Amino acid sequence: MNALMKKLPLMRSCKEVTALVIAREDRELPLTEQFALRMHMAICKACPTFERQVITMRNAMRQWRHYGADDESPS
Amino acid sequence: MHPQTPTDFEQQLVAQRSYLMRFARLQLRNDAWAEDAVSETILAALAKPLAFEARSQLKTWLVGILKHKIIDSMRQRQREVTLDSGSEDDNADPLEHIAFKTDGHFAEKPADWGNPEQDLRSRQFMAIMDACTGKLPPVQGRLFLMREWLEMSSEEICKELALTPTNLYVQLHRARLRLRECLELHWFAAR
Repeated sequence: MNALMKKLPLMRSCKEVTALVIAREDRELPLTEQFALRMHMAICKACPTFERQVITMRNAMRQWRHYGADDESPS
Repeated sequence: MHPQTPTDFEQQLVAQRSYLMRFARLQLRNDAWAEDAVSETILAALAKPLAFEARSQLKTWLVGILKHKIIDSMRQRQREVTLDSGSEDDNADPLEHIAFKTDGHFAEKPADWGNPEQDLRSRQFMAIMDACTGKLPPVQGRLFLMREWLEMSSEEICKELALTPTNLYVQLHRARLRLRECLELHWFAAR
């Protein structure tokens, strides 16, 4: 399976996919990469967990950005 | 201009100072620059006093001014702001903190952080976020906060600071991975 994955053009390793998931926060991925990412996610167990971590961070950042902007929070 | 008793408006402004300083320091990573940006913000506010019904409205208005002052400040110091001292992890593989096997698979599955919507609003979590962003190397920290706190696009940041996209992406990438690691260590694993 692993040997096969490396040979197919749209196959990406977890390491590569992890990098894409992070990169996606700051830039739009080329269509091929978007597609390769989705394909990998469909067959991988670890990467979707990593992706959820990144999405949790995104939500956390939103909360943090607005923290203290209302009167309930300490100034 | 040192006169009479301070007006209500002046007192309200002064009361917001520490809040503004927190962000200016985190963003600029330099106390003197932060002082300047906050002073300029307060002066600008004094120059055109507005009446606000709620303290939160005043805050939002001040933060809006501060963001512009911070961007001005970084634009003027473009080189200093983006100058990598060399001690930052220049040559390190940004993904090295995550262990991968040679075939590119995770050595250890990433942890399930659950769905901590409520926790993310807590004051303790905000303190961890402050600490984790504060621990980023200066250049990474500034660029990361330009994205996340000033909500600037990658294109805008490159333009303001005369950075190449590649350079910016590498720094942001490292910052995000460091932040992930820091949160995992000090928040998610610690609970």
